[in-house]
Amino acid sequence: MTFESLNIAIALPEVFLLTMACLILVVDVYLPQEKRNLTYVLTQFSLIITLALLLSNPAETRVLAFNDLFVQDAMADALKLFIIIISFGVFVYSREYLQARNIFKGEFYVLGLFSIVGMMLMVSANNLLMLYLGLELLSLCLYALVAFNRDNGNASEAAMKYFVLGAIASGMLLYGMSILYGLSGSLNLSEIAQAVTNAEGAQNIGMIFALVFIVVALAFKLGAVPFHMWMPDVYQGSPTAVTALIATAPKLAGFAMIMRLLVEALGGLQADWQQMIIVLSVLSLAVGNIIAIAQTNLKRMLAYSTISHVGFILLGILAGTSEGYSSAMFYTISYALMSLGGFGVIMLMARQGFEADNISDLTGLNQRSPWFAFIMMILMLSMAGVPPTVGFWAKLAVLTAVVDVDLVWMAIIAVFFSIIGIFYYLRIIKVMYFDDAVDTRPLECGRDMQIALSTNGLAILALGLYPAALMTLCVSVFN
Amino acid sequence: MDTSVIGLTSYLTLGAILFSISVAGIFLNRKNIVVLLMCIELMLLAANINFIAFSHYLNDSAGQVFVFFILTVAAAEAAIGLAILVTLFRSRRTIDVEDLDALKG
Repeated sequence: MTFESLNIAIALPEVFLLTMACLILVVDVYLPQEKRNLTYVLTQFSLIITLALLLSNPAETRVLAFNDLFVQDAMADALKLFIIIISFGVFVYSREYLQARNIFKGEFYVLGLFSIVGMMLMVSANNLLMLYLGLELLSLCLYALVAFNRDNGNASEAAMKYFVLGAIASGMLLYGMSILYGLSGSLNLSEIAQAVTNAEGAQNIGMIFALVFIVVALAFKLGAVPFHMWMPDVYQGSPTAVTALIATAPKLAGFAMIMRLLVEALGGLQADWQQMIIVLSVLSLAVGNIIAIAQTNLKRMLAYSTISHVGFILLGILAGTSEGYSSAMFYTISYALMSLGGFGVIMLMARQGFEADNISDLTGLNQRSPWFAFIMMILMLSMAGVPPTVGFWAKLAVLTAVVDVDLVWMAIIAVFFSIIGIFYYLRIIKVMYFDDAVDTRPLECGRDMQIALSTNGLAILALGLYPAALMTLCVSVFN
Repeated sequence: MDTSVIGLTSYLTLGAILFSISVAGIFLNRKNIVVLLMCIELMLLAANINFIAFSHYLNDSAGQVFVFFILTVAAAEAAIGLAILVTLFRSRRTIDVEDLDALKG
C-alpha cells in the first residue's frame, strides 16, 4: 500500500469542508457575539469553495480512493452538488430566524457543516464501514441540532424521540450489516454484490434475513410508514431552521444510501426487497396523505407531506430499472428544493416571539405580500404535482417508470392518494388568497433572504417549464 | 469436535439473544429513558459480538476494525443522548417515557 494508492485528490471537496468545519469551530470560540456574522460568512464561503472544487473535478468514470472505501461516480457528483446548494439555501434562510431567537450561535453552523460532510461521505461510500460512519456523522449532528434551543421543552422532547428512534435504526442497520459481512466475508459493496449473486441455499436465506434489518433501518431513516413516528414530532418540535436542514439535504443522502446498499450491494436480492418496498411505499402514500389533512400545524403537515413524498421516491426505486432510479433521483432533488422553499416561507413569516408555524398564520398572505404568496402558491402546487411545476414532472416520471415494469396497480394507488393529497395543499392556497388577514403587518426580512426565496420559487417553476436539463442529468447518472 | 472451543453458532446465538433483549427492553419499557439508552447500547453490543465472531471465523481483520469504530460512535452517541436527557429534564422536570406527549397528532 503506497500513499499514491490512497488517491486522496478525489476526496478533496470533503477534505476541504472538514478542515473548514474544524477551523470555523476554533475561530468561532474567539468571536464576540456581535461579530458572529463572520462565522456565517465563513460557512457560506466554505460551501461555495467546496462547490467549486466539486465542479472542477467531475467524474468521467468510476474512481475509487482510500483502498476502495470511497468512490466517486456520476451519481455521487450530482447528489453532492445539490446537497451543497440546498444547504447553502438553508443557511441563508435561517440567519435572521436564528438572530431573532438569540440562538445565532456558532454551533448551528459547525454542526451543520459536519452533517454536510457526513452526507457527502454517505453519498460516496463504497464500503459498509464508510456508509455507517457517514450516516452517524450526519445523525449525531442532527440530534444535537434539534435540541440546540436548550430552553425549549418541545425541542428537547423532539430531540429525545429523534435520538432514540434514530439510534434503534442504527442498531438495526449494524445488526444487518454484521450478518451480511459474515455471509459475504467482506465489507466492500462490490464484493458483497458478488457474494450475493453467488449465494445459494441457507446462505441466501441468511442474506434475506440481513436484508430485512437493513430495509427496516433505511425506512426509519427516510421516514417511511410504519417507521415514520419520529418525523411529525421532530419537524414540529425543532426550530424551523433545523427542520429545514433535516427535511431537505439528508433526503438526498438517504436516497444515495438506498442506492448503494439495496441496488449496488444487494441488487441480487431485488425480487425480495421489491416486495418489502412495495408495502412501505403504499403505506407511506396512504398514511402521509390522509393524516396530513387533519393537521393544523404547518410544519407537522409538511412532515406528513414528506412521508407521502418518500412513498413516491420508494415507488421509483422499487421499479428496479435504471429509468426508475433516475426518476426517483429526479423526484428526490425536486422534493428537496420544494421543501426548502416551504420552510423558507415559514422562516420568512416568523419573527421575534412568533413562530408562524400554524396554517392559520398564513391567512391573507396575499394582502401582506403578494409576491411571496405567489411563491408559496408555486411551492404548494409543485408539491401537489400540478403542472407547470417541477413536481408534476417528478410524479409523471416515477409513474411512467412503475407502469413500464407492469405494476399498473401501484401507479393507480399513487395517483389516487395524490388526488387526496391535493386537498391540503389547496387549502393553504385558499387560506392565503381568499381569507382576510388578521395580522396586517408587512413582512420584514433582509434582501438576501428575499432574493434566495424568490430564486427558489422561480427555480421550481423554471424546472417545471424546462425539466429536460435536470432530467438529462438524472438519466445520464444511471447509464 | 473439541468441546473446549466455543463455535461460531454459540456466538451468533448470544448476539441474537442480546439483540432480542434490547428490542424487548425498548418496547416493553414504559418508564425511564435511561433504561432506553441502555437498551440501545446493548443493541450495538449485539452487533459487535456478531462482527467479532465472524471476523475470527473468516480470519479477516476488517470486522474487528469495524467494531472499534462502532465503540467510538457508541460513546459519542451516549454523550449526545445524555446531553439531550439533561436539557429535557431541565425543562420538563421528568424523564418518564410516558410524559413525552406534548407533541402528537
